[in-house]
Amino acid sequence: MRKTALITALLATGLITASPLASAAGTLVYCSEGSPAGFDPGQYTTGTDFDANSETIFNRLAEFEKGGTKAQPSLATSWDISEDGKTYTFHLREGVKFHTTDYFTPTRDFNADDVVFTFQRMLDKDLPFRKAYPTEFPYFTDMGLDANIAKVEKVDDKTVRFVLNEVDAAFVQNLAMNFAAIHSAEYADTLLKNGKAAEINQKPIGTGPFVFSRYQKDAVIRFKGNPNYWDPDKVKVDNLLFSINTDASVRIQKLKAGECDITLNPRPADLKSLQADSKLNVPTQPGYNLGYIAYNVTRPPFDKLEVRQALDMAINKDAIIDAVYQGAGQKAVNGMPPTQWSYDKGITDAPYDPAKARELLQKAGIKEGTEITLWAMPVQRPYNPNARLMAEMLQNDWSKVGIKARIVSYEWGEYIKRAHNGEHDAMLIGWTGDNGDPDNWLGTLYGCAAVDGNNFSKWCDKEYDDLVVAAKRTTDQAERTAFYEKAQAVLKREVPITPIAHSTVYQPMSKTVQGFQISPFGRNSFIGVGKD
Amino acid sequence: MLSFIARRLALLIPTFFGITLLTFALIRLIPGDPVEVMMGERRVDPELHAQAMERLGLNKPLYQQYFDYIGQLASGNLGESLRTRTSVWNEFTTLFPATLELAFGALIFAGTFGLLAGMIAALKRGSLFDHGVMGISLTGYSMPIFWWGLILIMLFSVNLGWTPVSGRLDLLYDVPPVTGFMLIDTLLSEEEGAFLDALRHLILPAIVLGTIPLAVIARMTRSAMLEVLREDYVRTARAKGLSPTRVVVVHALRNALIPVITVFGLQVGTLLAGAVLTETIFAWPGIGKWLIESIGARDYPVVQNGILLVACLVILVNFTVDILYGLINPRIRHQR
Amino acid sequence: MTTKASLSTTASEPTLYYPSPLREFWTAFSRNKGALAGFLYMLVLAFCALFAPWVAPFDPSEQFRDNLLTPPAWLEGGTTQFLLGTDEVGRDMLSRLIHGARLSLLIGLASVVFSLIPGILLGLLAGFSPTRLGPPIMRMMDVMLALPSLLLAVAIVAILGPGLINTIFAIAIVSLPSYVRLTRAAVMTELNRDYVTASRIAGAGTLRLMFISVLPNCMAPLIVQATLSFSSAILDAAALGFLGLGVQPPTPEWGTMLASARDYIERAWWVVSLPGLAILLSVLAINLMGDGLRDALDPRLKNAA
Repeated sequence: MRKTALITALLATGLITASPLASAAGTLVYCSEGSPAGFDPGQYTTGTDFDANSETIFNRLAEFEKGGTKAQPSLATSWDISEDGKTYTFHLREGVKFHTTDYFTPTRDFNADDVVFTFQRMLDKDLPFRKAYPTEFPYFTDMGLDANIAKVEKVDDKTVRFVLNEVDAAFVQNLAMNFAAIHSAEYADTLLKNGKAAEINQKPIGTGPFVFSRYQKDAVIRFKGNPNYWDPDKVKVDNLLFSINTDASVRIQKLKAGECDITLNPRPADLKSLQADSKLNVPTQPGYNLGYIAYNVTRPPFDKLEVRQALDMAINKDAIIDAVYQGAGQKAVNGMPPTQWSYDKGITDAPYDPAKARELLQKAGIKEGTEITLWAMPVQRPYNPNARLMAEMLQNDWSKVGIKARIVSYEWGEYIKRAHNGEHDAMLIGWTGDNGDPDNWLGTLYGCAAVDGNNFSKWCDKEYDDLVVAAKRTTDQAERTAFYEKAQAVLKREVPITPIAHSTVYQPMSKTVQGFQISPFGRNSFIGVGKD
Repeated sequence: MLSFIARRLALLIPTFFGITLLTFALIRLIPGDPVEVMMGERRVDPELHAQAMERLGLNKPLYQQYFDYIGQLASGNLGESLRTRTSVWNEFTTLFPATLELAFGALIFAGTFGLLAGMIAALKRGSLFDHGVMGISLTGYSMPIFWWGLILIMLFSVNLGWTPVSGRLDLLYDVPPVTGFMLIDTLLSEEEGAFLDALRHLILPAIVLGTIPLAVIARMTRSAMLEVLREDYVRTARAKGLSPTRVVVVHALRNALIPVITVFGLQVGTLLAGAVLTETIFAWPGIGKWLIESIGARDYPVVQNGILLVACLVILVNFTVDILYGLINPRIRHQR
Repeated sequence: MTTKASLSTTASEPTLYYPSPLREFWTAFSRNKGALAGFLYMLVLAFCALFAPWVAPFDPSEQFRDNLLTPPAWLEGGTTQFLLGTDEVGRDMLSRLIHGARLSLLIGLASVVFSLIPGILLGLLAGFSPTRLGPPIMRMMDVMLALPSLLLAVAIVAILGPGLINTIFAIAIVSLPSYVRLTRAAVMTELNRDYVTASRIAGAGTLRLMFISVLPNCMAPLIVQATLSFSSAILDAAALGFLGLGVQPPTPEWGTMLASARDYIERAWWVVSLPGLAILLSVLAINLMGDGLRDALDPRLKNAA
């Protein structure tokens, strides 16, 4: 055919050559998943945004340890908590410099004003900067910080005090989250004076390990290593590039072709060939996430415990993990992942037993062929690589016990909205942990306060809720663990959800990449990462 | 002639308003709003939601929103994206050259091979070559191009490793965007080899996007040539003893080009629609992908104005084709 | 596509009465080998589609969980049980493709009907009322034509929600303008002809003029356009399915199959190649038929594209 002839001709003229340049040393290329919406972390909620702004350009007061869920000092070197657990005093690091770029040159080091500005901006709607550039801070609100922080004040240049309305055992964990990135008050003032407040979202200035250089939408983000970083050993590359590729198979092909050094979220189907490639490493870590089925307990037939139990035991989880997760998943038993402290290992699944499920259904007076809707999200999520496939398999499993499930799917935004309204019978959903605290699972997903929100089962159980609330208002970890273990037992007994799997995180990278650790939160952080 | 153009222009005004109304209505009919989409699995705090809707001006009555929109357009302001908060015009102008470059690549590919194949097929009517060209072009015309793209990637990028998998340029070349056209920017930059690299990136997507236009142009050229070859003046030219090449190139081809150019014009719409799929497959940072994603994110201003800009472009091209056609063919001028 | 259509309208002439028009048509049609091949292929496909449950060896959504991604029978590791192999959850590819034919034909047929009928009506109205109803209708169609069809379809599906019926609607709406334009152009030509003037003078009402006198004489280009949009409907449905907005799984629609198969491009080529090939062959067959139809119905266009 003509086209083949064309290619051959081009090949002969040397137009097409095998893979391009060997990647320059000191340049790390990360094949990312999508374009960030902007570079002001507080406005956004997704990992794609945070990887590109908070993790590279900014620091927080406290940060999660590399590869873990524990908060450790960062811009704050230490903190004291008052007796009543409501006042936090942070001692700030000395000699931290904000970035110098062609659009801003700082005249002073990082100090308490920057912290106060960052949090006042999220708390105070009347702050002049916020009036000039109005924004919402959805994640901040979602974690309840807007309601709980009574006051943020400067004690001296290197000390900041936070006063809370109520005890929050996870407060420092929350401040380590990406949205709490510390901005420069001086830069904000300059922007405000020049009437360009909006540029905070396009031309970011932070204290982080990488300095923003240039962004081309849907193509590339360029960062330079920060030469003045306060922990100089942690900046190991001169250039960091984000190559934006929405398609997972494209990312893998680019990695194999040496066009990028590291990428994320490979499709399970690609894992075998990745692991077989001698040039690649594919480190893995049990996921800090959970994919589950939420049964809407406000709608028949799921208002009956027997029905939920029956459908729960009619599911062949092993088959699902094989086909949907292609082995890259770990069977889930509880409402949170095993890596979460306070996870109760003593709880077990009801065995897979279609015959008994049928009996239970008969006992509950459910007719053969009863129709229910089973919602499947239309998008790939970290906790569920292929919800439609999972739904098809569940449909098959449940048909064997006489329940006819109709698979329903909406466009993602609509899906969540209708689910919040409780229009579903059973739905596939999931969660990735935010801050490493058990309440972020057991309270956020199954508590009474979340019935209009993330509690997609619309399940409000007094016994359970009392336990979870009590745990949240306690600071002692051993006491909290005891509460949460009891709560997990109630959750298992009442079956508002069927946990399916924790998907294992794989992070394919070239063998030349050194020092990368998988973040349980699904972040991709290149601090301390180098290249041979 | 002027009055013909004026009449045509006058017809464009209601069309333009129709488009603004249609896009305005379409995007608002899609359930869900931008704030909800952004929050994903998270709880949407009602107060925060109300506050955001107010900031975005989405809490006003619909007619008010529409009038605001038209007022904005009248002052030449295309608004800013709800998601990225940058101006729609800026986003359009950074992404559009990519689509244009791809479309030009596709048209050049389709035009060159389509014209050649069609011409030779017409001259050798009934031959094996003729049948071959017609068969291939009908196949090309029937091609699901998203599948075709996948197959080509599988073959040339994955198995043979001849062409890069996706994107416009290897990232190790740091080429500052001047014109937005990668082929030009790479030439302007000092980077050695960048131009060839950009060209390598363009080949597969251009072939995929050019497949259907190629088929159409080959068929069009063939039939137009056949018509022209039957005309008296060609016969005369032949009878005068002119060389066959001269007859074909000077006399026949020129006249046969008229309908072909029309097809070129009409393919613009098809090309833009095809660009959506091609850009998705090759991760080509163009407007097709941008618009589809903005529909998903309920980014109202981007969808409204992005589609409006694309539609205006289509209208403009069709208008130009119309005028050219009117110039060439006086009969059309006086219709209606 | 619109080009072809408009070309055929300018050339349509009043049909003369032959002894047997059907026979005449068949002779012309069957002279075209390609058209005949396309027709035969479509017959087989239509048979498969109509009798899918009996023709297909298995239920298309039955999952053989011990046979995930089995290659086709002629390859190493394939079994004769699954002639064309199985997909990622062990469903028989052959059965899925056969049932998929059903959907594709249904989508094609339904969307043609849903756009042909309103298209003809609007076109007739616009043609018969060139000063009052005509301009607004035509401007509306201009608006729709100015938007890239796939984007319009995506937006419509986003409004209505994905699914079989909504896919059909979206495609029908998108292909509406070409019918309207075509009908109107044909009507405008016919209205100037003597037979129309004659029946007008004889006192025929507008409705009679529309449907009895004029419409039958506009049918040739419309039939050709219908075939063409039949094939483009299949392509559009597949494209929507590919973007994840079309018919929802586990329904074995070809485009949807292709979208979910994309993950296996390196491991299991058959899951990717076969649905695409099925789409290509069917669309090709219909286009071949369309060519034959046009030649037979409109001999003057024999050599046009």
